Amino acid sequence: MSETNEMVIYLRPSRGWAALNLLELWRFRELILFLTWRDILVRFKQTVFGASWAVIQPLFTMVVFTFFFGRLAKVPTDGIPYPIFSFTALLPWGLFSKALGDAGRSLVQQRSMITKVYFPRLAIPIASVLGGVVDFAISFIVLILMIVYYNNIPASSYHVTITSNVIFLPLFLLLCICTALGAGLWLSALNVIYRDINHMIPFMTQILLFITPIAYSSQMIPEKWQFIYALNPMVGVVEGFRWALLGSGDPPGYLFLISAMVTLVLLVSGLFYFRRMERTFADMV
Amino acid sequence: MADIAIRAENLGKQYRIGTFTGLGSPRSQYRTMRETLSNAFLSPFGRKRSETQRVSGKDQDQIIWALKDISFEVPKGRVMGIIGRNGAGKSTLLKILSRVTEPTKGYAEIHGRVGSLLEVGTGFHPELTGRENIYLNGAILGMKRLEIGKKFEEIVGFSEVEKFIDTPVKRYSSGMYLRLAFAVAAHLEPEILVVDEVLAVGDAEFQRKCLGKMTDVAQEGRTVLFVSHNMSAILRLTEETLVLDRGQNILLAPTAEAVDYYMSSGFAQIGERQWLPDEIPSTAHPFQPISLQVKDSRGRIIDTVRSTEPVTLELNYRLKAPISALRIGIYLMTARGEQVFTSFDTDDPALFDEFPIRQPGEYTSICKLPADLLNEGRYVAGINASSYRIRRYFQDEQALTFTVDGTGSPGTQWPELRLGAIRPRLTWKIEQIDPTLQFQSQREVQPDA
Repeated sequence: MSETNEMVIYLRPSRGWAALNLLELWRFRELILFLTWRDILVRFKQTVFGASWAVIQPLFTMVVFTFFFGRLAKVPTDGIPYPIFSFTALLPWGLFSKALGDAGRSLVQQRSMITKVYFPRLAIPIASVLGGVVDFAISFIVLILMIVYYNNIPASSYHVTITSNVIFLPLFLLLCICTALGAGLWLSALNVIYRDINHMIPFMTQILLFITPIAYSSQMIPEKWQFIYALNPMVGVVEGFRWALLGSGDPPGYLFLISAMVTLVLLVSGLFYFRRMERTFADMV
Repeated sequence: MADIAIRAENLGKQYRIGTFTGLGSPRSQYRTMRETLSNAFLSPFGRKRSETQRVSGKDQDQIIWALKDISFEVPKGRVMGIIGRNGAGKSTLLKILSRVTEPTKGYAEIHGRVGSLLEVGTGFHPELTGRENIYLNGAILGMKRLEIGKKFEEIVGFSEVEKFIDTPVKRYSSGMYLRLAFAVAAHLEPEILVVDEVLAVGDAEFQRKCLGKMTDVAQEGRTVLFVSHNMSAILRLTEETLVLDRGQNILLAPTAEAVDYYMSSGFAQIGERQWLPDEIPSTAHPFQPISLQVKDSRGRIIDTVRSTEPVTLELNYRLKAPISALRIGIYLMTARGEQVFTSFDTDDPALFDEFPIRQPGEYTSICKLPADLLNEGRYVAGINASSYRIRRYFQDEQALTFTVDGTGSPGTQWPELRLGAIRPRLTWKIEQIDPTLQFQSQREVQPDA
């Protein structure tokens, strides 16, 4: 290395808001992937069912929902078989809730790394969120199998036709990841200082499950409440998934925009808050 | 400028005591939920103000400066040691230089890529195999995947765990685990390497291997900062040494001089060491050391003892709760860092049976060193309080130093330096086997002369 491009690091106390420094994060992309890879490996080691756990959870939730909401409560589904209706929503929900929980606890769990080695701390919650994408992909295959099944049983009056809407699916997936990351960043940084967050996460997830159109359709929400309802960013994500995959509901409109804006605010504020608090992590965690 | 690797100016680091020691215990001062809400959602500026208030206001006594006004320069290629007692700020300094934490005051500039080794095996996961952990740990320490791939064989070879490389590390013995962890770290190739006390772990063989690797690294012309309690390692590896005490830089000198200073005047305590409450970590509870004294045969507390007289080392301590199977140990080390012996108060099974559980109260454990044991020189006594295989309550490897005066010991009629830590009065006999043979051989030699 020649003298001119020698790397010089200046260490001094910093104050106030810090730049995001995404370039440095990019240089550590391999670390993010390694951490994601570790999360996935560790999750399925020494388990009998291995990766099928990624499917078992949403599948059972779907069965329970189908029984209570589909059969007993007869929730309207726009003609879609209830299992497919709910499972389509449970996919992004599963990604979100898992990412939220994992990311929220991630910094505290990785305490030993934070106090011993330098790297951009953002790598930790990002890796946690990405870890859920693998579960999502596995469940997604199950969803496709379910659609194929419903299209081919003779008694079925319903046929899912994949429309061109499906090209927007990656966009909704991205929105889902951003929402989870935005919330995960806030929670993980707060959790370093206030362990109350540990208690809040399961409870928050539970409440969010009910105020997100998973077991039911957002069309059941009265018109005048729709605006407030859409402030939950997962509303836009879940309705977007149903629209893109099943062609149900209205194309994303202003409600979707509200959800997307909330996600954007959550993500950007989360990133800056995280970077601001980052300097105290090693001392506080 | 170009030949400086690290320059630090007035570095300082303060901690709030509660948050620093607790690590999740209920006594640690996580902020309350009410503060959470006001801080996180209402006004970030408000918090900033309250933080400055904390520093300047009534909470002043809750603040400790782990480091204060540290300034030094390390030229490129220099191997520098950092020594000091527990809590002197060594680890904090390394944490700042390796960017784990920010200084509260001052500034430092670092020229080149820093690899920090504050612990071996950071990020190791017990469920993962040796192979997986090598990649993961390498990535955490800042190596690229390709780089790890290229050095993989070398790392495995160094660690000597080839056969178990695809076994989860939770099935490794602790020695294998350490060797693998150190092997990854040893193959880091940063321009500046920051190493904290990694040699303090593992068995003698492992330590020898680590030390050998450190010597290689030092000879490759890389800049190394090396923290250790092992004075012989410091003497062997480093050229210059920084002595820290209570967060302050008290000396930066060539290693031999710094070690000498540190081991003698640095903490001479006139034959007695007392522990102040803030020197006892909270993890020691319910054990509380009070003092360690060196006494001569007449019971006087004394800094210089005579080799020809018996010496007693007395540790006074208080137990705030009963401890079962407690044993108090004395470590004795020369000022050069060589171990002389380790002995425990319940080594004698009879004493062990007499004190299966020590009830709360004050105790003194008295260790009597016989006359004619130690060579002249300076010695460092360390103490340890533990229950074997259960818990270590307290340890201070350098509790106090004392001098042994050799007057009258065996061989002092010859004023020469005798090597070795001990100078026992051994029994010698000189026997003449066959006087005639001796006489004849002398006679045979004579004609030739």
